[in-house]
Amino acid sequence: MMVQLTPLWTDWLIYALCVIIAVYIGYTRSKPHLLAPWRKVVRNPTAVASSVILLVFATIGLLDSIHFREALPQADNSGKTVYSAEIISAFDRLAKPLRDHVEKTYSAPLAVNLFAMESVEQADGRVARLFPRLKYAGGHLGKDIDQSTQDQWRLFTKGAISGALLWVLLGFMLNAALATHAKVRFSQMAQRLWRGQTELPWRTLLFTIGIVLWFGSIVWQLAPNYHLFGTDKVGLDVLYLTLKSIRTGLVIGILTTLVMLPFALLFGIMAGYFKGWIDDVIQYIYTVLNSIPSVLLIAAAVLMLQVYMDLNKDAFNSVVERADVRLLFLCLILGVTSWTGLCRLLRAETLKLREFDYVQAAHALGASHWKIMTRHIVPNVMHIVLITITLEFSSLVLAEAVLAYVGVGVDPSMHSWGNMINSARLELAREPMVWWPLAAAFVFMFVLVLAANLFADAVRDAFDPRVQ
Amino acid sequence: MAHLLEVSNLSTLIQSGTRKVRALDDVSFHIERGETFALLGESGCGKSMTALSVLRLLPTGGHVVSGSVRLDGQDLVSLPEVTMRSVRGARIAMIFQEPMTSLNPVLTVSQQISEVLVTHQQLANAELKQRQLSLLESVGIPDPARVLASYPHQLSGGMKQRIMIAIALACEPDLLIADEPTTALDVTIQAQVLRLLRNLQTKTGMGMLFITHDLGVVAEVAQRVAVMYAGEIVELATRDEFFQRPRHPYSQKLFDSLPRSSKRGEALAVISGSVPRLDQEFVGCRFAARCDQVMAVCHEQAPRWINGDGGSGVRCHLYAAEMAGQGKLGAILVPLSTAQTTSQGGAEVGPLLKVSDLKVHFPIRKGFWQRVVGHVKAVDGVSLSIAPGRTLALVGESGCGKTTVGKGLLQLLPVSAGSVQFSGEELTQMPPQALRTRRGKFQIIFQDPFSSLDPRMTVMEILEEGMHVLGINNAQRQDHIDRLLTEVGLSPESQFRYPHEFSGGQRQRIAIARALAVKPQLIVCDEPTSALDVSVQAQILNLLHSLQAAHQLSYLFITHNISVVEYLAHEVAVMYLGRIVERGPVESVLGSPKHPYTQALLSAVPLVEKVSGREIIRLQGEMPSPANPPSGCHFHPRCPQALPQCPQQYPDQSVFDAGHTVHCHLYPCNH
Repeated sequence: MMVQLTPLWTDWLIYALCVIIAVYIGYTRSKPHLLAPWRKVVRNPTAVASSVILLVFATIGLLDSIHFREALPQADNSGKTVYSAEIISAFDRLAKPLRDHVEKTYSAPLAVNLFAMESVEQADGRVARLFPRLKYAGGHLGKDIDQSTQDQWRLFTKGAISGALLWVLLGFMLNAALATHAKVRFSQMAQRLWRGQTELPWRTLLFTIGIVLWFGSIVWQLAPNYHLFGTDKVGLDVLYLTLKSIRTGLVIGILTTLVMLPFALLFGIMAGYFKGWIDDVIQYIYTVLNSIPSVLLIAAAVLMLQVYMDLNKDAFNSVVERADVRLLFLCLILGVTSWTGLCRLLRAETLKLREFDYVQAAHALGASHWKIMTRHIVPNVMHIVLITITLEFSSLVLAEAVLAYVGVGVDPSMHSWGNMINSARLELAREPMVWWPLAAAFVFMFVLVLAANLFADAVRDAFDPRVQ
Repeated sequence: MAHLLEVSNLSTLIQSGTRKVRALDDVSFHIERGETFALLGESGCGKSMTALSVLRLLPTGGHVVSGSVRLDGQDLVSLPEVTMRSVRGARIAMIFQEPMTSLNPVLTVSQQISEVLVTHQQLANAELKQRQLSLLESVGIPDPARVLASYPHQLSGGMKQRIMIAIALACEPDLLIADEPTTALDVTIQAQVLRLLRNLQTKTGMGMLFITHDLGVVAEVAQRVAVMYAGEIVELATRDEFFQRPRHPYSQKLFDSLPRSSKRGEALAVISGSVPRLDQEFVGCRFAARCDQVMAVCHEQAPRWINGDGGSGVRCHLYAAEMAGQGKLGAILVPLSTAQTTSQGGAEVGPLLKVSDLKVHFPIRKGFWQRVVGHVKAVDGVSLSIAPGRTLALVGESGCGKTTVGKGLLQLLPVSAGSVQFSGEELTQMPPQALRTRRGKFQIIFQDPFSSLDPRMTVMEILEEGMHVLGINNAQRQDHIDRLLTEVGLSPESQFRYPHEFSGGQRQRIAIARALAVKPQLIVCDEPTSALDVSVQAQILNLLHSLQAAHQLSYLFITHNISVVEYLAHEVAVMYLGRIVERGPVESVLGSPKHPYTQALLSAVPLVEKVSGREIIRLQGEMPSPANPPSGCHFHPRCPQALPQCPQQYPDQSVFDAGHTVHCHLYPCNH
């Protein structure tokens, strides 16, 4: 099918980030001293497990970052391809059933009827108060709708078994590959793998992938036919919403660090290296920035952008683009307010490093300030940067939720955990309670932040020179 | 009667993961009451481990495998931990090397002393106060009441070490373990502390286990000496016996590698290689790989402990045959090569470097507006000159500003006043760009080889840094790197490795290669050997010596080690509190020092050879702060020969023969 790629601003930045990561990996591979701490990371079972989870999230986020317009079916025979005005992502294509199955309003997880009673005019003309059938959930059952529970069990079992089979297959392949590599017999390798006697924590890797596969394949079976996590107020599938929110969370977490990094690196190292009035100026700047409540600053900035966008409606072609610009702007403003912490750390470290003899020796050799900063200071503070980035990530994901709750977060039309929580909070007071949007957002956010925190811990342990 | 401390066949193992380090292997010795027993050896030989094994304070994974430690006949190894705690501090006390880190910075001196008194003697209130005061008095601290209320950062290094000693002595221990107690101190302070320890010992009659790597200190304090090598005691002897005829080849080598004036112009004996790692199984003698009297049997069979007379002994195959034949242990001495002083042609050419009236003042800022309220006069009017191919040694205690002179003349620090002329060009007024192109001509080597190399760069990248300045292109660069590494005694393959893979001595070689890479004419050596062991120090000194001959290098050698000066320098300048007090040719200044400070400094240096009639001049107090130097002659508050005019006026320069000059009122101007 013909598509027209329409990358958004944040897409470009995500692609750039991927390139940077690829370059970093390539560079690291050639430097033993840079590789050593990462070797330590991959030997840590917790780090391996959490990085598998993070990778799953990242994959979904990346798929959701490939935006395009689909070609419309040709109405006339002019031969010209006309593209839809709607921008969708690769993930939207994959999750088409989820996206299209829009019900009328709330429905509970796995339900086949709406959550609220409605007056329905029946065939005989009487009006009855009842829970109407959902349009899509269990739609394939037709008249046998009372069989829905059995059907769900059937799909669940199918998913569970196929997931387990896939896992066993994968385990066999991994074991075979390891056995060939280590030049031992298959059974011997299997024994080692099972007892966790391998050098790298392959067992942990296999189990984590197993859990992911198992859940994934159950969802794969159930989701197209039922609303696994129910639907929200306007009938959107909550599972779809939470999955779409992954990209928002990742973008906020990653791009913000990307925005703050140049500030923190440049200012922090300059302040520590030059000292004197440069240090004073930079210190005053970040002390002032730190003393303004950041929520206030963010609210003001977002409102300014809102006004600008309202005045220049023509500059934005679609809702998606508008939302994307607002997301990017939020990242920028979050980055501007959050560089101070890292900056202070880097300043302190640079103050220490600049007195080191090797920096003095570089001076004595006639190296320029720029060269000393890039060749001697930056590589020696990189561990701090890495540790801070990984720790900051999870706090930023949480910050997004808080900001949305306050009402200055991402665009209301954009799917994000913050928006989900914000819109769900009113429904918590309802009787019976509508708990599922909140629960779904909570579970996904919790898993992501936990994985990120565990990974950050492992990274810090590996890079912290005091631990070694 | 039992010995005070008897250690017999002590073996200690430290296990970390799968690595087993045999830190101590079959160590036996004993200490009597009132005796000082010195443990001598290079770093990594197990000296500190011996002390920690005795106290049962081994690091995690460490445990005593076999042997016994008896204090007054009581076995400490089998004591339960609770009982052991009452032994530590009360019956055995310990002083550590670093007084800066052994005291807790957030507690007052009084709190830290009372800790041990309360624990072991349950003293309280007035009694406690009284005891604290008398303790501080006994370690020679003036104004003890004030010191009790102060925090460690308000005290100098020497004071802190005295307080550590006071804490150690608080419970009148039977045995004091001193782990390199003076290594971090200056020679004049070291002399004070050593004398204090000796006096205390005669007063209390305690035994002392003195751990050190410094042969000079051993000669000063010890009655008996044990030499440790790779976890074993290789020689045990009384002090006189040991210094007259060391028996073990390792001990002999230690003596030979000491720099001194009699060895000027010749290469120092070196012990090749380094101390072996202790996580291996040894077959044969542990020193065999580095020994130049090695025999076939040394590699195959571990030498037995051979007892000599008077409790002495040695662990070496050389003496096994002799023992069987004569039943008496004599020393087999390698003939020392005859001293020959090669007089280097001091052809009178213009000086390469001429520094006149150099001042480096650091402003002290206070208050919100950072107003300058005073200056730390780190360097206050220093003049010196160095001719091509010559070595000028700058001697002084820490804090006298010698490193600041070095960095100031290299323009690594902003110079407040004065001129620095390098081959006729004035450096202080030079614009930064012009200065940068000339930087290759003068280089610096630092004290600490662990902080002077960027840990994130390979050796090749480190060496290349300076070559960018020279503009050597890539093809030549590779060649140049290979040549440099060979020249400093490293293999060219090592250029692909990172600094942490090298030992201290090797790192210092890399630092020297980095300085040489830009073909300098002058190298400022800022205590390049003080962080190294004696045998490694000899290697580095030899290297510097041969490089000077090969490249006509000039050195400004900053050091506090007088024996290195005697060995290497042509001229010497003695600094005190930012000023040079005495300057001249090395023979004349060290041979007949004129300034009272130089005399005191030289007399405080512990000597290996016993010089009869050597009178040690004890300096009182410590160097004042350079922020607030005394009026007139800076030295007058401590000077034993101070005259009435000393506090009034800084003395002019008095000239003696052969360029020997002194700033002192004792020698009225004779020009």
